[in-house]
Amino acid sequence: MELSRRGFLKLSGGAVGASIVGVGLKPAQAYAAPLAIQYAKETTTICPYCAVGCGMIVHSRGGDVINIEGDPDHPINRGTLCSKGSAAYQLRHNEKRITEPMYRAKGSREWQKVSWDWSLDQIAQKIKATRDATFMEKNSKGQVVNRTDGIASVGSAALDNEECYLFQKLLRSWGLVYIEHQARI
Amino acid sequence: MTNHWIDIRNSDVILIMGSNAAENHPISFKYVLEAMDKGAKLLSVDPRFTRTSAKADLYAPLRSGTDIAFLGGMIKYIIENNLYHAEYMQLHTNATFLVNPDFKMPGELDGLFSGYDEQKRSYDKSSWSFQRDAKGVPKSDLSMQDPNCVLQLLKKHFSRYTPELVSDITGTPQEKLMEVYQIYASTGKAGKAATIMYAMGWTQHTVGTQNIRTMAIIQLLLGNIGIAGGGVNALRGESNVQGSTDHCLLFHILPGYLPTPKASWPDLAKYIEKSTPQTNDPESANWWSNRSKYITSLLRAHFDSGLTTEEDFGYSLLPKLDDGQNASWLMLFDRMFKGDVKGFFAWGQNPACSGSNANKVRKALAKLDWMVTVNLFDNETASFWKGPKMDPSQIDTEVFFLPIAASFEKEGSITNSGRWAQWRYQAVEPLGNSRHDSQVMNELYSRVCALYKKEGGAFPEAITKLSWDYGFKGLDGKIEHIDIHAVAKEINGYFLADKVVKGKSFKKGDLVPSFAYLQDDGSTNSGNWLYCQSYNGKGNNMARRSQKDPSGIGLYPEWGWCWPVNRRILYNRASVDASGQPWDKKQPVIWWNGAKWQGDVPDGGWKPLNQPGTKKSFIMLPDGVASIFGAKMKEGPFPEHYEPLECPIEKNPLSGTKNNPVIKLFYEEGGLEEDIFYSCDQRYPYVATTYRVTEHWQTGVMTRNIPWLLEMQPSMFVEMNPQLAAEKNIKNGDWVKVSSARGQVEAVAIVTKRFQPFKVQGTTIHQVGLPWCYGWSTPNTGDSANLLTPTIGDANTMIPETKAFQVNIEKRG
Amino acid sequence: MARKAFMIDTSRCTACRSCQVACKQWNKLPADSEINRGSYENPPQLTPHLYNKIEFIETEVNGEFKWLFLNKRCLHCGEAGCLKVCPSTGALFRTEEGLIGFDKDKCIGCNYCVNGCPFDVPRYDADNKITKCHGCLDRVGNGLQPACVKACPTGTLQFGARDKLIAQGKTSGRKLYGEKALSGLGAMYLLDNQPQDYKLADNPSIPTSIFLWKDVIKPLGILGFWGSVGVAMLHYVTVGPKQLDDDTEAKGGE
Repeated sequence: MELSRRGFLKLSGGAVGASIVGVGLKPAQAYAAPLAIQYAKETTTICPYCAVGCGMIVHSRGGDVINIEGDPDHPINRGTLCSKGSAAYQLRHNEKRITEPMYRAKGSREWQKVSWDWSLDQIAQKIKATRDATFMEKNSKGQVVNRTDGIASVGSAALDNEECYLFQKLLRSWGLVYIEHQARI
Repeated sequence: MTNHWIDIRNSDVILIMGSNAAENHPISFKYVLEAMDKGAKLLSVDPRFTRTSAKADLYAPLRSGTDIAFLGGMIKYIIENNLYHAEYMQLHTNATFLVNPDFKMPGELDGLFSGYDEQKRSYDKSSWSFQRDAKGVPKSDLSMQDPNCVLQLLKKHFSRYTPELVSDITGTPQEKLMEVYQIYASTGKAGKAATIMYAMGWTQHTVGTQNIRTMAIIQLLLGNIGIAGGGVNALRGESNVQGSTDHCLLFHILPGYLPTPKASWPDLAKYIEKSTPQTNDPESANWWSNRSKYITSLLRAHFDSGLTTEEDFGYSLLPKLDDGQNASWLMLFDRMFKGDVKGFFAWGQNPACSGSNANKVRKALAKLDWMVTVNLFDNETASFWKGPKMDPSQIDTEVFFLPIAASFEKEGSITNSGRWAQWRYQAVEPLGNSRHDSQVMNELYSRVCALYKKEGGAFPEAITKLSWDYGFKGLDGKIEHIDIHAVAKEINGYFLADKVVKGKSFKKGDLVPSFAYLQDDGSTNSGNWLYCQSYNGKGNNMARRSQKDPSGIGLYPEWGWCWPVNRRILYNRASVDASGQPWDKKQPVIWWNGAKWQGDVPDGGWKPLNQPGTKKSFIMLPDGVASIFGAKMKEGPFPEHYEPLECPIEKNPLSGTKNNPVIKLFYEEGGLEEDIFYSCDQRYPYVATTYRVTEHWQTGVMTRNIPWLLEMQPSMFVEMNPQLAAEKNIKNGDWVKVSSARGQVEAVAIVTKRFQPFKVQGTTIHQVGLPWCYGWSTPNTGDSANLLTPTIGDANTMIPETKAFQVNIEKRG
Repeated sequence: MARKAFMIDTSRCTACRSCQVACKQWNKLPADSEINRGSYENPPQLTPHLYNKIEFIETEVNGEFKWLFLNKRCLHCGEAGCLKVCPSTGALFRTEEGLIGFDKDKCIGCNYCVNGCPFDVPRYDADNKITKCHGCLDRVGNGLQPACVKACPTGTLQFGARDKLIAQGKTSGRKLYGEKALSGLGAMYLLDNQPQDYKLADNPSIPTSIFLWKDVIKPLGILGFWGSVGVAMLHYVTVGPKQLDDDTEAKGGE
């Protein structure tokens, strides 16, 4: 074929549909026009999977994610990612994401959609009731222990540092000592 | 990691054992290959030939659970061939120290060290001690020839680990053993570096801690700790498991690795007295002598700043463990199974698949009154009540599912395996009606606190006196939106009063520059002393993005921030000789220029070891040197090979002590049926191990629900070698049942030469392997390999032994 | 513009398959529903939604067990059978950089390119339109690396000036595959082992029928396509490949 890519475009007069894969642009535009990501908002983040700590750039437009790829300035991954990191886009565009609080009643076979306000009130009341019922001021030796063995918590190595700190602070204020997470297993 | 990811490129020999870095930390191979491009050798030791092995110069198979035997043979090889770095050991380790002559070792006591109490299944460690001079400083023999010195005892102990015996235990062909030993031990000289990349393949054993200690001993013998391209590097598995460990979402420690208060420490003074290590050696920095500053600053960050010295700054408000109480994972679920836990949070975790002996975990969940699960996706924990073998009508657990934002839908820092804290920005709002974790925590704090203020209840002060000042408060006194920067600053710490420290004046409200400025008089707070410097007067150091690398060895000191005090390579004062000159002149980490240290942030800023007023190089240890002899361990100051709880052979070939003698046995006479185990039982003749794959992550909740990833690894499989498959009439692609004493899973057979049978004790032993990333809530993917794994933990950490257990396989009818 | 190409250094591939996913992410291709058939290699073949994939090959070389990983994709041949055979002008086209792109609007769904390809690459989607790796022509046209290359952590995949990649590749001491074949492949391999160890043809060639098409039938004009000539051509598709002679190869790209 003697035609160059541009030659082809001249000949075809640009009379092609929006069927070039990728960004839904005509070939001429796909080639010469700005990429969809060019004017997107760029936000740097760190990959949520393993602990290598690779940098990512999230491209967003209109409040939604349109592309996620490796951050070329990041000294560890230098713009690259593994298959999990490369798939992070589907953490957002995913019909299985749960986006409303849900509740499962005693003996029920189903989840039901509930409000945040109701859930949080219910949970707060249960925390208090269980804490009050199981709180141990002194142990069998008479030593002060001020703890709640009736509630336990596991998680989370996926929280941000600030959230980890807040979470342990909160749990310990309720008297929990059964606090564990992924690092133990 | 003592070192960090980029530093792998500085290695001459890379041993990947107890991890599968190419599959589970794929980006690490950027640096593994970079090192190999410069001539480094890559050694892969694994029961199975993996994607890591595919890139290795040398692959050596070993039977799961025999790492100490394998590495013990290497210690013998190094010592007997004089391949160790003697000067390094004399300066930086306790190899020269003289041990109490009463100390006896497994060679003399049939697999036990001196002081074992069979009834208590624990040791009286009094003989595991050093001879001390009149001042209480350990005696040493710098020539390392005294028969009671640590090096000679080590030599004697591991003299039993002959290549023949090691091969007979591990199933590794002797020539492969020797090749690994020769290549690795070639780095025991100045200017050569070897690194170890390990992960759960070492920790998830009843001897997990000792697996790592064996390697640490090797690294110390070879002078490989503190240097570029060296270290002991745990490849951590989750994006912020390092940070969540540093902030201590664990029963036994408070943020910054401070011990959890216990009942016999009723007040702050007692806590400080009992938890602060002592030393009589004037040359030991004994950094933990600063404990009082760190715990006091933590209390000041946790509780109302109006609390006074007399009130111990709120120490009494913290819950206390009973002395000896173990509240770790296996114990937690054991209590839950027995009905002693009523309420439960599973916050970003899926124990119904990740917990060893998952059937027991799932049954335990059914005994709860209520459970709160916080996640992006539905999972086997949240929906346990409709899982296999569950009758929802009989399960009274109320369950709340709180949908949460993804990582790029919120802002904050996470800490990678190399201890780099890096800042993430929010790209978009949380999806739908999902919320930030911090927002949910704030709501729970506010609502519970309001209830206690209104109604009173058990010990309300612990809740009402908690400090929670992270943003603008509405008229109701509730914070509307958590300012994550305010949290980060509290973790770093503020001055709570005007104060002059080290000649510098600080005003109330100033951020503390680094932990060297923290106080124990209540004038500073710091949620986590280890992160003090992360967010200070210079700004949010975790958000830095400078690409400068003046070191040339990849330290990138102004990219993000690294604990402690931005030190990129831990124990780096061991990278130099007594005069402060680097062992490796080509890639120095630090060096003394005659007036001060250059390079990385030195591990303690004192002058070199040959100068007056110096302090030794391992500042976190009371003796100031690294512990080749480690008396803190529960099963012995030197590692010894014991068989996994479930193993395929009758007898430990090394001694009459088959299993780790100090592990907590969950199943004994009259124990729970759920905890049963069968060792050397013909019904379960095959060794099994679990692992992850590149395409999935942990229990798979964040990957099974990603169609692109599920496409590549769509369902549960079990890998086995062709000989075993033929014996069992199983063909590649057949569905098979894999069963253990505790459970069963179905899996597609992958029949592959990547697994080879082992020759052990004159018999052929087959091993199979299964991933644990699947669960019933994702249709047609199978279920978790942890349905098979046992209720047993490492003696020191209680990490479950999911890497070596016994199974049977049968073709599915 | 100098011809650009991919260089695939198999010795560096860890089969992390970031290339597979990064391609889908950029090109917004859906996942295929798969089952495990006794291998990590999924999907087992390229699909209309999978433009590149890693083949997992367990083999023995000189008695030593090897697990080889090969990135399989459109090789953007210099002498491209798909282009030769395509009866619909512009459905397949070569870009300025030498990549072979496609335009679904012009694709008439004839499937001839499938038969014209010596590497079993073109696939047809649910609308019966051609799909395959197009080298991320939108990215490349804007000065970016193809998505797979950008994502590859180990440097297995490289993209750049073809002559430079060849010069670099020749210093690696590995076998360079595709420098000359089919007038030079637009995606070449650096192999640690022999091509047959990777199930690669020693000398890839375009099926004989393609020459018939290009040299005899196509000049008759596209109008003839719909007639009996097309049917006649189909007969030859099954004849099988014919080795390119040196003369053909020397002519250079289309």
